[in-house]
Amino acid sequence: MKIILASYIVLMMGMSGFSQNTKLEESKKRGSEIYADFCINCHMPNGEGVKGEFPPLAKSDFLIKNRTKSIKALKYGLKGEIIVNGVKYNGFMAPLGLSEDEVADVMNYITNSWGNKNKKMITEQEVAKVAKK
Amino acid sequence: MNRINLLFIAIFSSLIACAQQIESSVKAKDATSVTYTVEDVVTELNIPWGMVFLPEGGMLITEKSGEIIHFKDGVKTEIQGVPEVYVRGQGGLLDLELHPDYKNNGWIYFTFASSKGKGDGGFTAIMRAKLDGASLAQNELLYKGGPNTKKGQHFGGRIEFDNDGYLYFSIGDRGNRDENPQDITRDGGKIYRLHADGRIPVDNPFVGKTGAKSAVYSYGHRNPQGLVKHYKTGEIWEHEHGPKGGDEINIIQKGKNFGWPVISYGVNYDGTSLTDKTSNSGMEQPFFYWVPSIAPSGMTFVTSDIYPDWKGNLLVGSLKFKYIERLVIEGNKVVKREIILKDLGRVRNVRQGPDGYIYAAIEGEGIVKIIPNK
Repeated sequence: MKIILASYIVLMMGMSGFSQNTKLEESKKRGSEIYADFCINCHMPNGEGVKGEFPPLAKSDFLIKNRTKSIKALKYGLKGEIIVNGVKYNGFMAPLGLSEDEVADVMNYITNSWGNKNKKMITEQEVAKVAKK
Repeated sequence: MNRINLLFIAIFSSLIACAQQIESSVKAKDATSVTYTVEDVVTELNIPWGMVFLPEGGMLITEKSGEIIHFKDGVKTEIQGVPEVYVRGQGGLLDLELHPDYKNNGWIYFTFASSKGKGDGGFTAIMRAKLDGASLAQNELLYKGGPNTKKGQHFGGRIEFDNDGYLYFSIGDRGNRDENPQDITRDGGKIYRLHADGRIPVDNPFVGKTGAKSAVYSYGHRNPQGLVKHYKTGEIWEHEHGPKGGDEINIIQKGKNFGWPVISYGVNYDGTSLTDKTSNSGMEQPFFYWVPSIAPSGMTFVTSDIYPDWKGNLLVGSLKFKYIERLVIEGNKVVKREIILKDLGRVRNVRQGPDGYIYAAIEGEGIVKIIPNK
């Protein structure tokens, strides 16, 4: 396992994507801590949510297709009906009070966990641009 | 191989941890017949954390996002002069309570997360103020916990007065269960007792102990969001959120240790064990515990004659299951749990109004009144 990991790192270092990749890994790590602090109560340890109550994040079509809307929900809260993986949710997520870099970190974590994949890293700048209305 | 072994151990031990949880002694059941209707009183609220009924009519309501709302005759007015609130995670503007002699002295008490003082982040604070028209006046900060932390959890925040006029309030463990709840020299994971003007009573249990927070009245709590005076005994009853399972009802006693996180009927959110102990010498057993968790918030005893079948029962709001639990207590134990007000939404608070009716504050909805059928 270690050898595979080492050769993977060497391979990645050879590629220009290295710095982007480490940045993403670091962001995801910070994001996982924020997730355990702010999100896990409702969205559950593996992003599975609670059917009909709290929408799943794992393999969530809403999260994958609505990048900006998801950032907006994290920044300003979310109220009203949404449909996630064919199931209706009509709850209320209060604004979390996270700073913009923290929103980016937790977005990078949830869009790259539990079977989710996101090729384009979310930056603090991208979060900053998302307005309330 | 090592990794696989570790994985097996992790899975195995989490299975054991789950298997070890002992369910509540009494299970919640649906009411056999619904004997009441529900009427909207205040609509369009987000997270109505605290509510009080003013003797001159109308109510004050706190929204977690930081607003105090005055409601009377169908009109909402936002109260000005509210201090800056640290809105993060579970923190925000929390509970609201009137001084027992509010009619004569006008003091209003409220708890909120505040970033005042040392360090990044925030901690629970309690303030009193008077109403001057539609604004707060004479604001006095009575207590603020510290040090500030950016953790988003467990601010506690409920307020209650006892028959002798002492002021009680709760602060949760602030997401630092390993350091705060068991250490009386640290804030968090405590029930506090003050005089109504903020002075620390000289007979508080830890007064004079080196380094102790002398406002502390009891400790070893996780996240108490229910605090109510018993209508007969005058004791302060508390409930607190457990982790996964292990929510508790406790009767608060001076200087006692309620055990978190050394003893608990709950497990970690991911199902792993957090402690193998449910009891320990020198630590209090809960009056009742919930496994699975209901995520309790707010509670009241029914004392009015409007609900003859419910008289003397304890009502507790459930955030998780979106209902109110009616707990029938006989002697020193819970003998029945009945589900009422099902599916209206996450119940943040429940109180009996001065008119004897039960009012419930529901997230994303507002405040409703329970009216028994004639």
